[in-house]
Amino acid sequence: MPSQNMAINGKAVHFDGDDRTLLVDFLRDALELTGTHVGCDTSQCGACVVLMDGVAVKSCTILARQAEGREITTIEGLSGKELHPLQAAFQQCHALQCGFCTPGMILAAHDMIRRGAARDEAQIRHELEGNLCRCTGYQNIVKAIKAAAINQTE
Amino acid sequence: MYAFTYHGAETLEQAQELLASGDDPKILAGGHTLLPTMKQRLANPSDLIDIAGINALSGITLTGAALSIGAMETHAQVADSPVAQRAIPGLAALAGQIGDPHVRNRGTIGGSLANNDPAADYPAACLALGALIHTTQRQIKAQDFFTDLFETSLEEHEIITRIEFPTPEISAYAKSPNPASRYALVGVYVARTQNGVQVAVTGAGPVVFLATGFSQALERSFSRGALNGVTVSPEGLNADLHASAAYRAHLIGIMARQAVTTALSQKQGAPS
Ligand SMILES: Cc1cc2nc3c(=O)[nH]c(=O)nc-3n(C[C@H](O)[C@H](O)[C@H](O)COP(=O)(O)OP(=O)(O)OC[C@H]3O[C@@H](n4cnc5c(N)ncnc54)[C@H](O)[C@@H]3O)c2cc1C
Ligand code: FES
Ligand code: FES
Repeated sequence: MPSQNMAINGKAVHFDGDDRTLLVDFLRDALELTGTHVGCDTSQCGACVVLMDGVAVKSCTILARQAEGREITTIEGLSGKELHPLQAAFQQCHALQCGFCTPGMILAAHDMIRRGAARDEAQIRHELEGNLCRCTGYQNIVKAIKAAAINQTE
Repeated sequence: MYAFTYHGAETLEQAQELLASGDDPKILAGGHTLLPTMKQRLANPSDLIDIAGINALSGITLTGAALSIGAMETHAQVADSPVAQRAIPGLAALAGQIGDPHVRNRGTIGGSLANNDPAADYPAACLALGALIHTTQRQIKAQDFFTDLFETSLEEHEIITRIEFPTPEISAYAKSPNPASRYALVGVYVARTQNGVQVAVTGAGPVVFLATGFSQALERSFSRGALNGVTVSPEGLNADLHASAAYRAHLIGIMARQAVTTALSQKQGAPS
């Protein structure tokens, strides 16, 4: 099987596993980047969302091979020494309870803010259609994304 | 998933060669229908031919009176395209209503048409706008393309390359989404062109269809009121745990009226 290159959190990585390996399994099992979660495995919950060339995608519905030549950012790659502003906002607003949905929520929010699609509460709620949370009732997640979006545009 | 061999194709010729040489090969576009199906072991292709690297399958352009969209353009790219938004605002808005943001970032127009899910959104736009589906072998009119439940007139190994939409005077889509899946419980696309009005319905039947009674009424007068008293028979419509056939028939009328209102709010040739 040919090996291939991709960049994960800024580091060049070789994938040479079975062709049917999903990107999420490569991240979690081979690279031990277990911050990316699997909530449903049926492309619905968004717990597995990562950024591929900056765009939010469900890593349970992408083959590792489809990520060839791409740059992947997982939750582990978002912060430097300090928390990323979105992570800080989630912490401040108490936007998580069990935390299972949080990595996907934060990366979805990252994409949302990049596209300027976090203008108000209604738009944020609409944009969160691909991310399910079973704990918080979304209230504080929306609040945190709004706070982070305002901070970034100021 | 059953095992398969992955191939990344860089040209259409290469993809066609790979398709011809495989045991039971399948094209992989965005993978947002195919991979879930394979995970459930409902499909078992020997080879996947990834067409994402083929440049000839991308691009959104307006030439004369037609908007041309490459088969590999994602729903998000169509929704956000200034060219698509100007030429056919109803179509760009439809693309922005498919699934959720992450699905829109991967799913493609070519994959959606080839799959012909009875609840998919794009088929309604293709039928109402009279789209022409360009493939590696020929051009297929939308009315001849969607043949039955998950069935199209595509031959084995025929690749959709681009879809050409004649620009209408005004057009719009209204959808009542299944709140869990976001697919259309009923979706109605209404298009008014120089040649008349077409109303296409998805989600309600086994395959997308034209509601001719609605088109005729709207040709007489393009207004919500024109649809008063016009109905679609529930006979042959889908009935499942989400909605009965009668409920779907009723929703068609509601969605058609919504689409007419949205279409009327557009200025001809410019998004409102
Ligand atoms: C959670 C979720 C929600 C969704 N909600 C909606 C929704 O609301 N409305 C909606 O319409 N869709 C919805 N979809 C489906 C989504 O739009 C799919 O992405 C789309 O239907 C298939 O496109 P794809 O590029 O992913 O195709 P793939 O999954 O890659 O391929 C689908 C099929 O088409 C074939 N194919 C692909 N490209 C071509 C081509 N160029 N020529 C010939 N054959 C080709 C493949 O071989 C395969 O058989 C949803 C999907 C998910 C996972
Ligand atoms: S695990 Fe990928 S969407 Fe739920
Ligand atoms: S915090 Fe538990 S699922 Fe969202």
